[in-house]
Amino acid sequence: MSRKAFIYLRTARRAKRLAAEATVQKWVVSGPPLLFLLVFFAAPGLIMVLASFRYPGEFGGLAPLYSSDPKVLHGLALETYGFFFSDFIYTEIFIKSFLVALATTLICLTLAYPLALLIARSEKKKRDLMVLLVVLPFASSFLVRIYAWMILLGPQAALSRTLSGILQLLGLAPVHLLFSPFAVLVALVYVHLPFMVLPLYTNLEKHDPALLDAAQDLGASAWQRFWRVTFPLSLPGVFSGSALVFIPVLGMFAIPELLGGTGDILIGNLIKEQFLVTRDWPFGSTLSIMLTLSVLACAWFAAKLGSRSRHHA
Amino acid sequence: MALLELRNVTRRFGDLVAVDNVSLSIESGEFFTLLGPSGCGKTTVLRMIAGFDLPDAGRIFIGGKDLTDAPPERRPVHTVFQSYALFPHMTVAQNIAFPLKMARRPQNEIHRLTDETLQQMRLADKEDFYPHELSGGQQQRVALGRALVSRPQLLLLDEPLAALDAKLREEMQIELINLQREVGVTFVFVTHAQDEALALSHRIAVMRQGRVEQVDEPARLYGFPKSRFVADFIGHINMFDAEVMEAAHGHTRLMIPGVGEITAPPAANAAPGTRGAFAIRPEQVRIGLNSEVAELKNHFPGEVRNLLYSGDVTVYKVHLVDGPMIEALLPNSAPGRAEFFEVGDTVRVGWRHDAGVFLHE
Repeated sequence: MSRKAFIYLRTARRAKRLAAEATVQKWVVSGPPLLFLLVFFAAPGLIMVLASFRYPGEFGGLAPLYSSDPKVLHGLALETYGFFFSDFIYTEIFIKSFLVALATTLICLTLAYPLALLIARSEKKKRDLMVLLVVLPFASSFLVRIYAWMILLGPQAALSRTLSGILQLLGLAPVHLLFSPFAVLVALVYVHLPFMVLPLYTNLEKHDPALLDAAQDLGASAWQRFWRVTFPLSLPGVFSGSALVFIPVLGMFAIPELLGGTGDILIGNLIKEQFLVTRDWPFGSTLSIMLTLSVLACAWFAAKLGSRSRHHA
Repeated sequence: MALLELRNVTRRFGDLVAVDNVSLSIESGEFFTLLGPSGCGKTTVLRMIAGFDLPDAGRIFIGGKDLTDAPPERRPVHTVFQSYALFPHMTVAQNIAFPLKMARRPQNEIHRLTDETLQQMRLADKEDFYPHELSGGQQQRVALGRALVSRPQLLLLDEPLAALDAKLREEMQIELINLQREVGVTFVFVTHAQDEALALSHRIAVMRQGRVEQVDEPARLYGFPKSRFVADFIGHINMFDAEVMEAAHGHTRLMIPGVGEITAPPAANAAPGTRGAFAIRPEQVRIGLNSEVAELKNHFPGEVRNLLYSGDVTVYKVHLVDGPMIEALLPNSAPGRAEFFEVGDTVRVGWRHDAGVFLHE
């Protein structure tokens, strides 16, 4: 073998070995998370899709797929989907949940935007401290914080007593803050506010301050500078923050359960009820699938809007 | 009445006096440059004219009106920023139309003026592009168009050519000169590049440590600097300590230690005994083998120590006998192959009696 050919072969072998190493590395890195998702997300999802096409068992759970006894319901059917659309109450709860999620998102946006802007325009040193304060509530348990709201909004709390006192002076009936849609909304906004603040801050912090100088120099008032420069440039942050609030709120069941009244149930409560109380697993699965599909539709819509505005930014 | 007038403007940042009692008067239609090293206060002056910074003392008049405390959006002044600061979410046309929209001009006027500016800036085919899709030179033209579309009384330019490469910078310099002549808007230009200032300006203010050292036309600034700093900052110059021996009508006699007595042009307030410096440009210094240089009033023997050939010219560094080094710049424009002196050659160095300038301490 000539020396040239030898070197050529050696190089080719080396390239092959490197490529093989890269493949191994790729699997080592992405393998575990992939496995995790397969076992704990894809497989249960598939089980749920199958469950939604089956009949409920006599004592809860699922009816058998096959039974020789004709009196026992068995096999696959679209019955649960028919049931979902036959009674408008379910669609109504879906619509109500979407409206609650939308309201939460909008309130979070209006509260978070000025805060994010304030943080983004503070000195670098202060910014880190302020971001820390925004995420500080995560240091305590979610449920503990919800129970804290039960106390804060309770009839014995200063807030309720002051409000009722004022109303009494005006000759009106006292209010009950706890176990009301109001309490649910307050807690939903409280819990999800950081998820809006952080993406907004991350976006606003990257804005070039020279752009605002330029806008002002070219005759834009403070109001015009915000609506024509800052806000349009922050749209990607607005969209990702909104997705981070809207989607979890749709599936939330703990807050309405603990702070809402009997009528204040959302999709999340409905699903929980099907699995744990009514024990109608096929219908619970159907509701879950409908929720997942709606959330995916929303996420797709948000991503589309977001990418369009990102393209310009 | 000057279009822009700064009266005793001072700006302090803590203990630092960034701008120290600056007075300037800029005429309508002028291309005026603030030139100085970084940190000399030129950008602070510009920001105070634009309204982004307020003076601690002094007044600023634009078009005869005292606008010292007016916010930027209320001044008939637009700025071209060093980073261009184009709005990334707007197309070229939207960027250019921005100041017209802010001024609430009628829709048809906005269209007409935007189209005119796009034509003028040779951006007509780029109107629907976004800034990130443009080259540096094109972005520069959008920034200029956006600042000029509403015909401000005054255009401020903050080192607008600094981000461009050398070749493009030269092209943009010529474009700027033509543009300014075409639109007739007064330009106030800030730069630290003296060649740029000389090439573009009608007048230049050289700044140093917050003060204006000299305001003059480029040729006068180059030929007749008033201080060591200006002489040194603008172009290359030979500078020697000197003492006035005799101040006659029409010339001055100077004593340069290590060189000898020379004849220099007359200088103001140069009584015998005055100490200062004698400065002379390398292109005013001749070197030769003997006779031709010996006819000059000032000539001294020397030895070539270094030479730098750069195509069009050659720079010689000559050591004067018992004295300092002097730089001479000779054009290589003689017919045929250029002839050079070599390192180690003994030559005569000379200059005319009316060349160079005496600078006070």
